[in-house]
Amino acid sequence: MYDQLLYGIEAAINGLMTGVMYSLVALGFVLIFKASGIFNYAQGVMALFGALTLVGIQSGQVPFAGLINAIFGTNIQNFGWELPAIAAIILTIAMMILFAWMVERYLLKHLINQEPIILFMATIGLAYFMEGVGDLMWGSDIKKIDLPIPQGINNTIDSLTYDWFGYGFYIDNLDITASVLAIILVVTLTIFSQYSSTGRALRAVADDHQAALSVGISLRSIWVIVWSIAGFIALVAGVMWGAKSGVQFSLSLITLKALPVLMLGGFTSIPGAIIGGMIIGVGEKVFEFVVSSSWFGDAMGFTMNATENWFAYVLALVFLVFRPQGLFGEKIIERV
Amino acid sequence: MSDGYVTPDGRTIGGKVLEMQNITLRFGGVVAIKDISFDIREGEIRAIIGPNGAGKSSMLNVINGFYHPQEGQILFHGEVRKPMKPYQIAKQGIARTFQNIALFKGMSTLDNIMTGRFNHMKTNIISQMIWQGPAAREEAENREIVEKVIDFLEIQAIRKTPVGALPYGLQKRVELGRALAAQPKLLLLDEPMAGMNVEEKEDMSRFILDVNDEFGTTIALIEHDMGVVMDISDRVVVMDYGKKIGDGTPDEVRNNQAVIDAYLGVDHG
Repeated sequence: MYDQLLYGIEAAINGLMTGVMYSLVALGFVLIFKASGIFNYAQGVMALFGALTLVGIQSGQVPFAGLINAIFGTNIQNFGWELPAIAAIILTIAMMILFAWMVERYLLKHLINQEPIILFMATIGLAYFMEGVGDLMWGSDIKKIDLPIPQGINNTIDSLTYDWFGYGFYIDNLDITASVLAIILVVTLTIFSQYSSTGRALRAVADDHQAALSVGISLRSIWVIVWSIAGFIALVAGVMWGAKSGVQFSLSLITLKALPVLMLGGFTSIPGAIIGGMIIGVGEKVFEFVVSSSWFGDAMGFTMNATENWFAYVLALVFLVFRPQGLFGEKIIERV
Repeated sequence: MSDGYVTPDGRTIGGKVLEMQNITLRFGGVVAIKDISFDIREGEIRAIIGPNGAGKSSMLNVINGFYHPQEGQILFHGEVRKPMKPYQIAKQGIARTFQNIALFKGMSTLDNIMTGRFNHMKTNIISQMIWQGPAAREEAENREIVEKVIDFLEIQAIRKTPVGALPYGLQKRVELGRALAAQPKLLLLDEPMAGMNVEEKEDMSRFILDVNDEFGTTIALIEHDMGVVMDISDRVVVMDYGKKIGDGTPDEVRNNQAVIDAYLGVDHG
């Protein structure tokens, strides 16, 4: 039983870290939803697009190479250079800011005062448009992130836990890095939004558009800033997930994993996104661990497998019934 | 520019801060404001009054840029103002409050009033992210001004309270504070005393007079209720059905037959 407990703790810690990765995606959603009331379906694709762009720029890939070759009958693929990681990251961030500006200029500007459902549909359109553009720009093959991100088993934790418990925990360095990055991001964002004039302006716009305008805040520039920050977070999430499983188009499906996180944590709460992600990460790992174990089988007469595919959604469903605003969301009170 | 005048209580009123010339505002076929001209002078308390639906709030929305009039022009400090967005007009030094209170409900009193300093804070987003240095200094300087406003309005006790949780009268005061923090050249108040009890009305009147007196702020306010307005304002514009029916000192306006008719409800047929 003792070693079972240790395996369980290991699973929970790993779940916690996976949960942080979910939170990274959910965080982008929350920011945009708070500032503009838009449920941005494209957040996952933004993560994919960010990661694709980073790899493409770093490896010197020619953007739209396939298209250019098809039109002009040429055969260019690569500029033939390798950019240093830091240069590639800066260029990619610039690209995400340009993207945010274009979204505001060509999409949001024309949809001001529309129903939320229309804005939601627009972001679905945006998601598929970007997926297409990503494919056209950088090709659809699976790419490898070439950044100095530590990966593989963390030997310190392994040997330490072995000394303490007689069993070495397997904790991936990548997960630790992602968690640290997520913590830095959240702390920076929180301080920025609490104690700077732009941060206050972000919160002001999230609260009341008319009042924000009356104190001199331009909604459009705030939206560009919000989408830029969301784009940056998407880039971090995309790089982390890409480092885990390669940069491929299925990456955009992490949107679907962020949904239950948002239902749990509430759509308007940054801490909610983090805690929600952790609960789901830990929950699905521990649940899987318990229901697939032999002692559970002995006691109940059956075992379950691959519960991670659905656990998060069922948990979210339960929350929808008992606490529809999520753990940290604002309670919706309808006055009659 | 024409010269100012001296009020009965001895304050000197300066030249024209804002001049509305033949403003007409239409919504489709409905005429909300019809050919109205008036001016607001430096240092005065100027009231716009009228029955419900007279077009007072529309007038304020024209001044602050939420609405753009189809005809007429607006002169700000003697220069014709181009059609601008509300946030650009705010940057020019026109601050306002709203009839139905438009505060940032989830934010504290302090943060709400700090947003009023937005136009005065110039550091860029990058240095704000780094936080140390210029951004921190700027934050401290502006915080000082905001603390003065908080002291002035006697709302020290609710500094950290989210404004959504405050009673109505205090919310109105916080909203005034946010507008004051901008140190505006022209302060627009949309029914600052609406929905208040007698005591709250007296408090608010006192604050309005003090703001004008201590900071020399030019104030234009809208009121529905004639009583208080007549006591605190220097000059009054009276509107009815989108038209101007009177303009002058409270005494002049009080004795104007058209104004009396509008308030007592003479048949407009």
